[in-house]
Amino acid sequence: MKTIDLEKSSVRELNQALHDQHGECTTREWEVTGVKGDHNLAVGLDQSLAVHINGHAGYYCAGMNKKANIIIHGNAGQGVAENMMSGSVRVMGDASQSAGATAHGGLLVIEGNAGARCGISLKGADIVVKGSVGHMSCFMAQAGTLVVCGDAGEALGDSLYETHIYVKGKVQSLGADCIEKEMRDEHIQELTELLHRAGVDENPADFKRYGSARNLYNFKVDHASSY
Amino acid sequence: MSEDKDLNIRTGLRESATFDHFTMAEIRRAAETGIYDIRGFGAKRKVPHFDDLLFLGASMSRYPLEGYREKCNTSVTLGTRFAKKPIELDIPVTIAGMSFGALSANAKEALGRGASEVGTSTTTGDGGMTPEERGQSSKLVYQYLPSRYGMNPDDLRKADAIEVVLGQGAKPGGGGMLLGQKITDRIAQMRTLPKGVDQRSACRHPDWTGPDDLAIKIQELREITDWQVPIYIKVGATRTYYDVKLAVKAGADVIVVDGMQGGTAATQEVFIEHVGIPTMAAIPQAVQALQEMGMHRKVQLIVSGGIRNGADVAKCMALGADAVSIGTAALIALGDNDPKWDAEYREIGSAAGFYDDYQEGKDPAGISTQDPELSKRLDPVAAGHRLANYLRVLTMEAQTLARACGKNDLRNLEPEDLVALTLESAAMARVPLAGTSWIPGKGF
Repeated sequence: MKTIDLEKSSVRELNQALHDQHGECTTREWEVTGVKGDHNLAVGLDQSLAVHINGHAGYYCAGMNKKANIIIHGNAGQGVAENMMSGSVRVMGDASQSAGATAHGGLLVIEGNAGARCGISLKGADIVVKGSVGHMSCFMAQAGTLVVCGDAGEALGDSLYETHIYVKGKVQSLGADCIEKEMRDEHIQELTELLHRAGVDENPADFKRYGSARNLYNFKVDHASSY
Repeated sequence: MSEDKDLNIRTGLRESATFDHFTMAEIRRAAETGIYDIRGFGAKRKVPHFDDLLFLGASMSRYPLEGYREKCNTSVTLGTRFAKKPIELDIPVTIAGMSFGALSANAKEALGRGASEVGTSTTTGDGGMTPEERGQSSKLVYQYLPSRYGMNPDDLRKADAIEVVLGQGAKPGGGGMLLGQKITDRIAQMRTLPKGVDQRSACRHPDWTGPDDLAIKIQELREITDWQVPIYIKVGATRTYYDVKLAVKAGADVIVVDGMQGGTAATQEVFIEHVGIPTMAAIPQAVQALQEMGMHRKVQLIVSGGIRNGADVAKCMALGADAVSIGTAALIALGDNDPKWDAEYREIGSAAGFYDDYQEGKDPAGISTQDPELSKRLDPVAAGHRLANYLRVLTMEAQTLARACGKNDLRNLEPEDLVALTLESAAMARVPLAGTSWIPGKGF
């Protein structure tokens, strides 16, 4: 394992060292110490690395991640794992707003709570939040899955496209065009597999499923009040 | 119209200036459909524009350059502030961002071919980068938009520059839309949405909310690309003075200001015609902001919105822009609204020269469509060459004017070379009313 101490090295040096693994991978395991809320840690990775970030991360930690498995041993600031393509990101604490925004693939697990707009414009990644999520989560989310083991704030799934949403706790309110849907066998199976991948011990039968009513997919004047 | 005018004179019938024919037609259309009008193109109303400015050619007090003998440099380097690899352009006219989706693949390819032929850049759009576009564009700017449709780090690293789009002149404060009829399998796949669904593009970015956040976002983009390429910030022209200052503070290498005459693939007519300020009014605001921060020419300024000819290019540069960008004019050069398709334009309720329903995907010219048969009508090689010709003419015209003003570089043009024909243009462009030394708002 290679250790980079941010007390002695810059974020630029950290990211360059991780990017250099894209061509020839010389070290699979990385540890980042001396982390004090620095922004843009381990962004744009494109290699099967295991990266441990020991401390609270600032904005966009693990942004646009490909292939790497990144664990943040602390809280994460805004936009953790934004636009992730593959790999995994695990936040051991809480995550701020826009966690997993626009992510296309991979798995984001948040052990604590997530702030507003978790999974906004999600494009295919899977997000599992052990705690609760804030308002407008999954706004305009297109594909992928959001699992919330706690509660969801206002306007969950507003203007939703095809993302699957599962919530165990209370949903404060649903956004435009988001409705509760029947939990069929294939959804139980999907949720079971996802909880297993995330290492979360919950009973899928305790969750409710939410999805798009698809009424706003094409403009109709009858729905003008919803726009 | 002239027939109506003749009728008025002969009969004494008087058309209301407030409720004219167009206004009445729009009221009837709204009453019948219950839907606002959506269209493409840019503002069609008359606003103060570059035609209201004139150059003061050299005479006794200025020394002109020989028109065909003496050099007048047109090259420009963009992104010199932070990027390791700034973009070198042979001409200061770039192609604005237009999406594959709004435009056909052939049209996008033609834009890349035309721009590359004359050594300038073209720009992606909402929906991501296509291999054809990258392949045909020697210099390609990758737009980073609120929707993040098709956004991926591999394409980000393939780009020669990244343009963070906050807005565009046709609809500052608004998002985009690509109606379902233009969503083919390929476009649906690129944007991760079902085929045939209206694709709404958000008006705000999903993971930052203000200039302080944007500064961190730009740092992220720089980190991901190892600080190699320039990062532009594009804004629709509204509160340009403040927006430019904030963009500089957020770390932009280049700022793109798009005036209200700038085009769009589709938005509400009310948005196009009633939001934003004219391009001419935005430039002095942007330049003032840059000068006050000591960043004029250090952070480059690109201006777009209604640029049509070399005079417009030269006037933008005289007011302080480093380069301009064209969209609508580039499409016209490719063949948009060409009279040879007039009969077919009329079949779909329009006419050559008036067509603006880009959102419907029925463009007879094969440009703003995804219909495979219509798309075939546009030969990307020939259309690209037409665009290259047009770009050459813009450049030569601008050089002609610069030489006449005694300038051996387009960027040496300055506001002192200009006068205004109207009070409005004098006030907006901050140059004297012709024949006077009076700039409204600046005293005598």
